Amino acid sequence: MNSIKIETIHYSLNYGNFRAIEDISIKIPEKQVTALIGPSGCGKSTFLRSFNRMNDLIPGVTTEGEILLDGEDIFKMDPVSLRQRVGMVFQKPNPFPKSIYDNVAYGPRVNGLKDHKKLDEIVERSLRGAALWDEVKDNLNKSGLALSGGQQQRLCIARALAVEPSVILMDEPAASLDPIATLRIEDLIRMLVENYTIVIVTHNMQQAGRVSDYTAFFFTDETRTGRLVEYDRTQVIFTNPKDKRTEDYITGRFG
Amino acid sequence: MQRRYRIDKGIKYLLFFSAIVSIIIVFLIFFFIFQSSLPAFQQIGLRNILLETTWRPTNGQYGILAMIVGSVMVTFMAIVMGVPLALGAAIFLAEVAPRAVQNVFRSAIQLLAGIPSVVYGLFGMVVLVPIVRRIPVPGNSGYGLLSAAIVLAVMILPTITSVTEDALRAVPRSYKEASLALGATHWQTIIHVMIPAAKSGIIAALILGVGRAIGETMAMIMVIGNSVIMPTPLTDNPLTIFLRQARTLTGNIAVEINYATGLHESMLFATGVVLFILIMIINASAHLILRNGERS
Amino acid sequence: MNQAESNASSTVQSAAQKQPNRSNLKQRHLSQKFAFGALWVGGALVMLILLVVVGYVITNGIREVTWEFLTTAPRGGLSGEGGISTTIVSTVYLIGLTIVIATPLGIGAAIFLTEYAGETNVGSKFLRSLIDLVHFGVETLAGIPSIIFGLFGFALFVSVLHFGFSLLSAGLAGACLVLPTIIRTTEESLLTVPMSYREASLALGATKWQTIYQVVLPAAIPGIITGIILSVARVISETAVFYVTLGGSARMPTSIFSSGRTLALHLYYLAMDTNAFDKAMATGAVLIISIILINLIIDFVSSKLTAGLRENQ
Ligand SMILES: Nc1ncnc2c1ncn2[C@@H]1O[C@H](COP(=O)(O)OP(=O)(O)OP(=O)(O)O)[C@@H](O)[C@H]1O
Ligand SMILES: [Mg+2]
Repeated sequence: MNSIKIETIHYSLNYGNFRAIEDISIKIPEKQVTALIGPSGCGKSTFLRSFNRMNDLIPGVTTEGEILLDGEDIFKMDPVSLRQRVGMVFQKPNPFPKSIYDNVAYGPRVNGLKDHKKLDEIVERSLRGAALWDEVKDNLNKSGLALSGGQQQRLCIARALAVEPSVILMDEPAASLDPIATLRIEDLIRMLVENYTIVIVTHNMQQAGRVSDYTAFFFTDETRTGRLVEYDRTQVIFTNPKDKRTEDYITGRFG
Repeated sequence: MQRRYRIDKGIKYLLFFSAIVSIIIVFLIFFFIFQSSLPAFQQIGLRNILLETTWRPTNGQYGILAMIVGSVMVTFMAIVMGVPLALGAAIFLAEVAPRAVQNVFRSAIQLLAGIPSVVYGLFGMVVLVPIVRRIPVPGNSGYGLLSAAIVLAVMILPTITSVTEDALRAVPRSYKEASLALGATHWQTIIHVMIPAAKSGIIAALILGVGRAIGETMAMIMVIGNSVIMPTPLTDNPLTIFLRQARTLTGNIAVEINYATGLHESMLFATGVVLFILIMIINASAHLILRNGERS
Repeated sequence: MNQAESNASSTVQSAAQKQPNRSNLKQRHLSQKFAFGALWVGGALVMLILLVVVGYVITNGIREVTWEFLTTAPRGGLSGEGGISTTIVSTVYLIGLTIVIATPLGIGAAIFLTEYAGETNVGSKFLRSLIDLVHFGVETLAGIPSIIFGLFGFALFVSVLHFGFSLLSAGLAGACLVLPTIIRTTEESLLTVPMSYREASLALGATKWQTIYQVVLPAAIPGIITGIILSVARVISETAVFYVTLGGSARMPTSIFSSGRTLALHLYYLAMDTNAFDKAMATGAVLIISIILINLIIDFVSSKLTAGLRENQ
């Protein structure tokens, strides 16, 4: 196993009185793709959004336990600098209503970079990194919203890359895309994992199988509180799961 | 069975009629205002109306330039004073204030919007004018552009605040999340993402505010002094222009319509037409600014 | 994935080691603190303005507001003596007239706009452009300054139709003024009634009007009431329109052809024509208190509305 990038220790999260996830301990290896799977409502997004403290925005959220990034407690970090280190790609592509260039340059700019040359460089590098450069290099001033759904999602990935994070979180990044665009995103994820630690939520078992190195299976019962059932190499989870519920879910018995 | 459907048809026509009443009213308003103003435009002439500054109906002099300038100046000053505060209040309300403060604040804005304009006018006369009068400038009565603009700034505050707040709240959550997830601070997110995304709503708020300001009548009559002179500085200091008494187009109509007859009366309708056109010019230029802003 | 792209990707450096620019971060947090501080100050300033205006008028006016003040007639003219009884009656009278004229028209228009807009029978193209035109009309009306409504009322009702300076003229002009408010609020609340209600009723064999009358309108009532209350508030606080259509008589109105003065108008006359600033303040206090009461009622109704919506979902 690679070195540990993120570690959660007995982590729980409540939305007000409702306990959404409970007692999750997991070690996410560096420069690997880790997939979070499980039925709807079991807390995958909630867990994923914990890594860059996006849940801080929701009033009434309380947490217990610890989350460590490179061994450092993220709840003791400044959320702004945490989010520069942990980027995020959302389920629905959400480019800003700005030009392609301005979308990608947004992160470096808010971080104080003004040098045009450097910005140009970063924009090109990030767009190349997101496998979008060849398609948009002549139209960098076009609105990001004018791209196709798949292109928009890759733009959002490029935008995240431009901040130079070390971790990228993806919440069902291909859920709103057609099969071909989905495949491109999956290729891209495999390409990015050379340099980044990636955590991805997906409902698509084949996709989890194709892109991830590790898989965490979450489940919930009548209490609706999500728990981690099983976590292992993807290969193991898919061919030789230890828990009956994992097997049932993977073989599609839960629907 | 048949009867039921006949009723249905009849009611449909009734509803149809109610719907077109709005159009009819708009048409009638335009018709009556323009028609009644026709004699003035024909007999006095556009030039003498728009470019002359002397308003002396008893003498057959009907120049309204001083009042156009008065209306535009007081509106502009109110915008300069009121808009920053209104936008700040809207951002505060939509993004910064804790929930409990929000509720109190929103009720306050609602109340501020509901206070009758004559009450603002009275407050201006009794509180504001005596304060302004203390500025030691010869000829300063306290009544005038400055007092009127302060009253007006407060009056347009709630409109602009609440429409801007709505516009900010209508910005998709995903924009805000995306920006924060990229490591922008909340304030950077507001400045670089939320406000640009809410821009058209904010412009609409400003247009509403300007419309409200330039159309305000009674409160203006009460504090602006109503003398028809081209606003000029009272002394060598150019800032004393703001202490000058003035008259607005709206005030001109209201003050004189009850006793005006003949050409004088027609001229007051013409004042209304000019007011209309002024509002249309302001709206159109706001839209133009908006469109240009989008292109660049 | 072509060769060029994968080459490029390998040049993307993982920045795990690179720490974000610390001093820049500090500065960004500082500017946020500063900006939010300024916004709090701005918010406090707005509250202060409200408190000063409302506080001043009420504390200076309320002493004069006695039972006698509310129930005796003003002397009128330049004296400024007396109470406000007739102006209260005029105001109520005018509110009644305005609402009676504007409400049926406004609700009817809103129903037509929402319920018949989607009809796809013959002539629907005509209908569609008509509805656009009505929306345009409503928006134009909402943007016209009130003094123009006054001029219009003066020209049409006072002069051409010979209603004179009267409650009738003022009520008609006032109805034109509040019509867009009623149409908009009613339309909004009609649009929140779920489509499934209508479908269920139509599927049971009800006609369109039966559906509207028995299913759609009841669900939209809080919105309609809000529109009416807003219109009441508008009539109470409006002055310019009535200044040029109502005539300003301080006497008790006896019919819709009587001249009259509303509370707001009375305040104006007191402030401008007399020296009775204390009475003007008292009238202002009465006005502000009635507006506060109306706002409370609106909050109550709209909380009912949101509760109803939650039930619908
Ligand atoms: N903002 C919120 N406030 C209250 N409860 C919430 C909030 N967001 C999510 N929840 C609840 O927390 C639980 C977990 O939600 P979450 O979105 O994390 O599930 P998920 O596994 O991502 O589901 P899906 O696969 O449908 O996206 C659900 O029961 C959900 O209703
Ligand atoms: Mg989810």
